[in-house]
Parts: sequence; structure tokens; C-alpha cells
Amino acid sequence: MSVNHGSKRVVVGAGYGMRDWLSQRVTAVVMASFTLILLVQLLMPGPLGYERWAGIFSAQWMKLLTLVVVLALAWHAWVGMRDIWMDYVKPVATRLTLQVLTIVWLLGCAAWSVQVLWRL
Amino acid sequence: MPQTSPQRPGTMRLTDAVMYRLPLAGVVSILHRVSGLLMFALLPFVIWLFDNSLGSEISYDTFTSAFVAGIGVVPAWMVKLVVLALIWAFLHHAIAGVRHLWMDMTHSVSKEQGRSSALITLASSLVLTALLGAKLFGIY
Repeated sequence: MSVNHGSKRVVVGAGYGMRDWLSQRVTAVVMASFTLILLVQLLMPGPLGYERWAGIFSAQWMKLLTLVVVLALAWHAWVGMRDIWMDYVKPVATRLTLQVLTIVWLLGCAAWSVQVLWRL
Repeated sequence: MPQTSPQRPGTMRLTDAVMYRLPLAGVVSILHRVSGLLMFALLPFVIWLFDNSLGSEISYDTFTSAFVAGIGVVPAWMVKLVVLALIWAFLHHAIAGVRHLWMDMTHSVSKEQGRSSALITLASSLVLTALLGAKLFGIY
């Protein structure tokens, strides 16, 4: 009988578990870093009104960084929501519908965020 | 479903979760899910706030008045309550996420470590939520 453990283990299934696991962590680190960067800018001295708030996001580097974070969030939420549907929703048709609606929801939100950023 | 092996729980259902008395790490875990789901569901509300806060000086007033006069028929206290829920969800989700990264990096997977880090996660997210919530509701 052939060896089926350790490095010789035969991997079955769709095989994207590792990719999902890793991408959820990488996107989380991106979002956590963004939170700290935004926090540092908010805690700078001076009154916080529209001028300063809009000023933070009107910088080109901040727009691009926020865009990356929006994409990271969409990806992160997709992996998480897919986990929830896979765990609790068994009928294939319902699950597929929910997964499609999740993607539509996240893409819609991402597109709206892009509009908000580049109108500035 | 045929009862071939009564010891096994069988297909996991959401309602099964309430049958177990969860350890603290389990409480953190299910709340990680709940908080993630909450933020996913309220994502358009967050972007709406973001949109108004950045749009113009006029829409910025719409953003700030949401916390003073409310949004349409929704009173301000309800807006604040939803934002408070979002604050908790963000803090719990972020801290529980850091806990995951810490466990992955240091292989801290013993029962004791799981319990103590779960306690820290629950406590710190609730304390920070209380502090920010007090600010939100104008207590200080």
C-alpha cells in the first residue's frame, strides 16, 4: 500500500483551504495596519472637523491605501461569510443563492466606496 | 437522517449551538462570527456615514446630525445604539483576530492559554466599548 501521510499525503477536495486561511490573515493584517495609520492621523493635535477629515482622505496615497483596504475587506468578508453559509446552510440551491447575494452585496459596497473616495 | 451512530452530533445546525455550554474560547469564537456577520450586514450603513462625512460641508452636517437629530424617522439614540453595536463588533472582531494571529505565530494552543487569552479578548473589547460608548452618548 502506498504511503499516504506526511509529505506524501494525498490531498483531496477543492484544495483551497490553505489559500482561504492565509488570505483571511493577510487581509486582516492589512486592515489592522490601516486602522492604526488612520488612528495616528486622527490623534494629531488640532480640532477635528470636515476640513481635516476630508484632508486625510483627499491625499492620493490615502485614497489608494483605502482602496486596498476596501478590497481586502471584501475578500476577508467573502471568506468569512462563505464559511458561515457552508456551516449552517445545507440545501445547495439556498447556499448558492446566499453566496451569490454575498458577492453582489460586497461588490456593491466596494464600488460605492470607490465613488466616495474619488469624488473627493 | 438515519441514526447510524447516535454518539455523533450529525449535521451542524445553528440551533444546535445553544445546546452546548461553551468554554470561554468558544464564546469568543461564536462572537467572532456574530460580530463579523453584524459588520457585513451593516456595511452599507457604514459606507453611507463615510459618504456623507466626506461628500461636502453640507453632507458632513447630515453626518453629524445623524447623532443629534437622527436619520429620517430613526431617532438619534437608535443611531447611536447601532453605532455602539458596530464599535463593539469591530473591537471584538479585531482583538479576537489578533488572538488568532498570536496563536498561529506562537503555537499557543493549550487549554489554559486559550482560556486566558479568551478572557483578555472579551474583557478588553467590552471595556473599550464602554469607554467609547460613554463618549458616544456624551457622558464625558
